Amino acid sequence: MGRKLLTEHINVEGIDTLEVYRKHGGYRSVEKALKTMTPDEVVEEVKKSGLRGRGGAGFPTGMKWSFLAKPEGVPRYLVCNADESEPGTFKDRQLMSKLPHLLVEGMITSSYALGANTSYIYIRGELLYVLRILEKAIAEAYAAGFLGKNILGSGYDLDLHVHPGGGAYICGEETALLESLEGKRGNPRNKPPFPAVQGLYARPTVVNNVESIAAVVPIINDGGEEYAKIGVGRSTGTKLFSACGHLNKPGIYEIELGLPVEEFIYSDEYCGGIWKGRDLKAVVAGGSSVPILPKDLILKTAAGEQRLMTYESLSDGGFVTGTMLGSGGFIAMDETTCIVRNTWSFSRFYHHESCGQCSPCREGTGWLEKVLHRLEHGHGHMEDIDLLVSVAKQIEGNTICPLGEAAAWPVAAAVRHFRDEFEWHVTHAKEAAQPGAVYQSKSVLV
Amino acid sequence: MAKITFDGIEVEVPDGTTILNAARQIGGSIVPPAMCYYTPLKGSGGKCRACLVRVAAGSTKDPRPMPKLVASCVTPVQDGMVVENTKSEQVLDVRKGIVEMLLINHPLDCPVCDQAGECDLQNFAFEHGVSTTRYQEERRTFEKIDIGPLIQLHMTRCILCYRCVYTADQIAKGDRVHGVLGRGDAAEIGTYIENIIDNDFSGNVIDVCPVGALTDKTFRFKQRVWFTKPVNAHRDCPKCAGNVTLWYKGKDVLRVTARKNEYGEVNEWICNECRFDKKETADWTIEGPAHIDRSSVISANHYELPVLNQSVIADLPESTQRDLEKNPPLKLG
Repeated sequence: MGRKLLTEHINVEGIDTLEVYRKHGGYRSVEKALKTMTPDEVVEEVKKSGLRGRGGAGFPTGMKWSFLAKPEGVPRYLVCNADESEPGTFKDRQLMSKLPHLLVEGMITSSYALGANTSYIYIRGELLYVLRILEKAIAEAYAAGFLGKNILGSGYDLDLHVHPGGGAYICGEETALLESLEGKRGNPRNKPPFPAVQGLYARPTVVNNVESIAAVVPIINDGGEEYAKIGVGRSTGTKLFSACGHLNKPGIYEIELGLPVEEFIYSDEYCGGIWKGRDLKAVVAGGSSVPILPKDLILKTAAGEQRLMTYESLSDGGFVTGTMLGSGGFIAMDETTCIVRNTWSFSRFYHHESCGQCSPCREGTGWLEKVLHRLEHGHGHMEDIDLLVSVAKQIEGNTICPLGEAAAWPVAAAVRHFRDEFEWHVTHAKEAAQPGAVYQSKSVLV
Repeated sequence: MAKITFDGIEVEVPDGTTILNAARQIGGSIVPPAMCYYTPLKGSGGKCRACLVRVAAGSTKDPRPMPKLVASCVTPVQDGMVVENTKSEQVLDVRKGIVEMLLINHPLDCPVCDQAGECDLQNFAFEHGVSTTRYQEERRTFEKIDIGPLIQLHMTRCILCYRCVYTADQIAKGDRVHGVLGRGDAAEIGTYIENIIDNDFSGNVIDVCPVGALTDKTFRFKQRVWFTKPVNAHRDCPKCAGNVTLWYKGKDVLRVTARKNEYGEVNEWICNECRFDKKETADWTIEGPAHIDRSSVISANHYELPVLNQSVIADLPESTQRDLEKNPPLKLG
């Protein structure tokens, strides 16, 4: 059993109240940081920990913090991105609803490190009940003197607000989130300028994922070096994975980075294998945006090495034979899954969620969905398969924000690894259009 | 000042200039096309992705190439930047893709569209696109919205460049309701533009629209633009500068528009009175023929012979070039 830094006390009765949370060592990091450390020392500690952004891109958090512009007399902001809406990812929701004080504590320590006096948690609008839980926790923190003026007598002031989104996946993109927070339509901004220079209200801003901010708490409590001891290479610490799909024990697991993928899927300690005794067909390892991998490639890299749950190992082989760790939305699919149908389903999501601002994404996501719909329902042609690849390529890299890529990658990867299944949908159109029809893909990589 | 190399040509521009504007200082056929960027409108640009260019070297300090193509209209130059536009196969390929994307949901009703002949999308597709389509699905359609007696809205033709939204916001100063409604390929402009329709400067949305989504109702179906003759004129207008272009067919003024520069941008906005109400020659002081640049078919109307300028002549259609050989152009200056 690996160490649990975030979720150790998640099932303790009443842990969502300040009293119980304090009994289990809560708010120690705030006391330690505000009383014994300078803001720069906190940033330094996070840098030492090697913590990488848990929202999907995996950018080192300490480095992101040190990029924050600090002009004199200009307020800075910390914004927590709690707009978790990627299909397959549901770790932040659980963390916030069970351990609201962990996020509040992380926000205080992180805001102190960045010198922000106002911070925001931008939460997905659908998670209204979580918003209520967070607001209760914040009220408790204000009452206990952890928020407000002159926190713990240190002379540091902080106000923390929770803001619900309006129900758009695109607002999880950091600049769209900032637009939405400002009260505008959630369209991503052109970069540069980056948020670290001109973010919320054109002020220097850091946007971090819920889990990244929560991870600051154990880093400050135990020290960055201690945190960096967990994990493999540049993937340090623990990471929450939300496992779903055809597994015996789907759920949220906090694992030490470096765990073999095979152990994660088959070990009784974690997911407990594929349900109903079936065989694994494919895995989407980091939320719906990352490339899908067939069984052979998710368990072992193309070079035949064991694949580990780390940023490096999962992306071994690039996009040809690898994938990404992403946000940790681990979707396992058994042998009865139709890859074409699944890809169409993902595509439909991105078509629905594209903001429509830039042309490749606005038109391309719809096009992909329509072609996949046609293939799945038995009206496809052989040329459509290459068309999918070509359209995905036209979107990828040419859009304002990464949503275009998120829409293009899964399609390109599905065709790359399961081309024969797409072809079967053309040659056996009538059969394929039947509900529940599945072809067992034979090719791994041509 | 920053010195950049654009398609092998060096140019020095003030710091903070965008790559597109630096290229426009060089001019000619190397300037990237722009469908959504509009110099006088703050915040425009970055949306259509037509102006994507490759940055082969970021700056003197950091000469690494940028990993992705960048939108030249919103990316500021850095000293020592090396940019590739027409010299990069990748850029030209991507541009083909952008044309395809912009056209898949466009109705292609050019034969009945008033914008045909002076349409940015038409020119863009003509210069950079391919002649066939791979799209076989149904094109998107919208509920028809009537936005008043002066301006015609065809939402199906819209490419969501947001120019009219910025015009409504910054020029016509409407009560801001909503810029764009809906999301993705179901997004549409609508009530926002409708709300500023009473404003004296609302007619300018017609001039900024790169396609035929917003057209002049008083000119609707009257004449193809290439049969009309543009003449610069002015009048003493209490509301605006009064500098316009009149579009004549015979003796009749069929249409009044603001004056556009070679990139189709208006520098002096005109009021609705000049645009819609003053359609008699007697209302105006005539200055002379208006010069139309670039690849527009209007410039091929034999009306005004182009000034002898190599880059302009190279872009002309073959038929005009043949005519020019018969009637050599005037030499000015």
